[in-house]
Amino acid sequence: MRPGSGAVLAVSLFAGLAAAGPARAQNAPQAPPQACEVPAYLLNTESLLPKVTEAVKNGRPLNILVVGSRSSTIASSADSAYPAKLLAALKQKLPSTPIDLSVELQGGKTAEETDAILIKLVEANRPTLVIWQTGTVDAMRSVDPDDFRGAVGDGVAALQKAGADVVLINLQYSPRTETMISAPPYLDNMRVVAQQYSVPLFDRFGIMRHWNDAGDFDLFSTFHGPDMAKRVHACLGRALSKFVFDAARLDPAQQN
Amino acid sequence: MSSIADPVAATPRSDSKVATLAAPAITMPVTGERELRLDLFRGMALWLIFVDHLPANILTWLTIRNYGFSDATEIFIFISGYTAAFVYGRAMLQAGFVVATARIMRRVWQIYVAHVFLFTIFLAEISYVATRFENPLYSEEMGIMDFLKQPDVTIVQALLLRFRPVNMDVLPLYIVLMLFLPIILWLMKWRPDVTLGLSVLLYALAWQFDWYLTAYPGGFWIFNPFAWQLLFVFGAWCALGGAARMSRILSSPVTLWICVAYLLFAFFVTLTWHIPQLSFLMPKRLEQWMYPITKTDLDVLRFAHFLALAALTVRFLPRDWAGLKSRWLRPLILCGQHSLEIFCLGIFLAFAGHFVLAEVGGGALMHALVSLSGILIMWGVAWVISWYKHSADKDASKAKRMVNADMAGGSV
Repeated sequence: MRPGSGAVLAVSLFAGLAAAGPARAQNAPQAPPQACEVPAYLLNTESLLPKVTEAVKNGRPLNILVVGSRSSTIASSADSAYPAKLLAALKQKLPSTPIDLSVELQGGKTAEETDAILIKLVEANRPTLVIWQTGTVDAMRSVDPDDFRGAVGDGVAALQKAGADVVLINLQYSPRTETMISAPPYLDNMRVVAQQYSVPLFDRFGIMRHWNDAGDFDLFSTFHGPDMAKRVHACLGRALSKFVFDAARLDPAQQN
Repeated sequence: MSSIADPVAATPRSDSKVATLAAPAITMPVTGERELRLDLFRGMALWLIFVDHLPANILTWLTIRNYGFSDATEIFIFISGYTAAFVYGRAMLQAGFVVATARIMRRVWQIYVAHVFLFTIFLAEISYVATRFENPLYSEEMGIMDFLKQPDVTIVQALLLRFRPVNMDVLPLYIVLMLFLPIILWLMKWRPDVTLGLSVLLYALAWQFDWYLTAYPGGFWIFNPFAWQLLFVFGAWCALGGAARMSRILSSPVTLWICVAYLLFAFFVTLTWHIPQLSFLMPKRLEQWMYPITKTDLDVLRFAHFLALAALTVRFLPRDWAGLKSRWLRPLILCGQHSLEIFCLGIFLAFAGHFVLAEVGGGALMHALVSLSGILIMWGVAWVISWYKHSADKDASKAKRMVNADMAGGSV
């Protein structure tokens, strides 16, 4: 009986915690159907987003630009992809700030090829924050990691010079293609660039791997319809909103 | 096998110089006595490479890359250089440059064939995955399969060693290194230290001028031969007398403490990768100087880490350690003695393991089970191979007497 009662205790404790979570955060969106907790260390960042902080504090509009490759969207349902979910979550967290978010997909382009377009995009949109998802195409084409690092660094420097805050997003965790795409050098180099330019790095790879290991998602299995992609993106969008919020040191209490 | 001094005695002066330098290190084993430490660590490297190629699981925590900068690849390449120089160096002294080169080229051919065989298996695996795997989440990543649409180009590039899937980079590196082995040995025969110096120079130049080999469809070789040759040549240098000449340095307490300090430092740094909460302890200046620690170009930090590990191993694990003959280390040693076969098998098993995990479904237990059974299979096959060699082959009785020079990867 003892182990059994221990388990019951544990379950009820968890249930209690789960119930307490949403109850505390009153304005929080309804609990998503998917449990996809992200451990705090995966969302910690020392780097800041001063432009975002300033815009929110002064009630100016927040103009966000997401630049990414195909993994920043879901074919034929872009509304369910993480950028849309990020926008929804931010709007909920910052009801008094006008937020605009646009997505620029650079499918099949390496970081170096994206560099040229970045500047034009920034000049056209004047974003407060650029969220740059990159690395996948470079890894697939096995671009020299040093060149990749240089290209990402150049891009980030140009964005900062143009007056935008930057968040980098790394590769997806894709266990099924692990034998074909070598991610580690690109992950490492993005970390280096993020550190060098004091840019927050959203560790999509680490987060997705955590979900896979923790059993939230089985990213290894063979067939999934669009459903799982949507749930993963919903979770990513929420985590990203929290990440941006933390990096901009926005305190929920200061809002309204 | 007679002592190396015999053939050398009749050769010109430059050779006898090598002999005097090399003789202490090439203490030719009395027949039947192998340097079991080499087999042991090569076997270990093979197991670790296999485990590292599988998706992370409990066993992954046992691999050395989690505790420092270098990993099993360094061990494998170093020991390969050591044994290759040991076997073919003797061939070169006894039978001359041409014969030794011919034998080396036969070995290169064997490795090449093994590589192409593995590539075929890889093709089979991913063709299957490409047709079966449909997940909108990974539509971008699946683009990697596009090469299947042009087999005319891809397969030719693979035969040219320019198209190499992930995990299949070690053999092409090995092939290139072996191709240059005749020249390396020829130089070593002349002046071992100068040869090592040239190797270091090449390494430095490759770093300075960013030399690399291009790959198909873009990019570069994952293991840059211009950099990794340093380990191979260093292995050869050790085999041909360097180790003996270094023995004073190796046994000095200063070396010991430097090694220990460096290994602890590397361990701490690695710890901050696994426990990001600790990363605030790392000085930012140090991080900027140190990262990235590239594997492609064999970062100096990695090389130094390997040296430290090797120095401690040689110090605390004497050649005649009784444990080397123990039953418990037998599986490792057996695997190390048939390294080419077991290496290929390991790559194949890693593919197969991925496949099983994908089809049957994961779970930590299943992951660990796949790793364990892979290791057991490697052991079993190594046992069968050695049985063939000693009992089943038609020249098995002969093999017992002669040292098979063609198995630089295997028997010494």
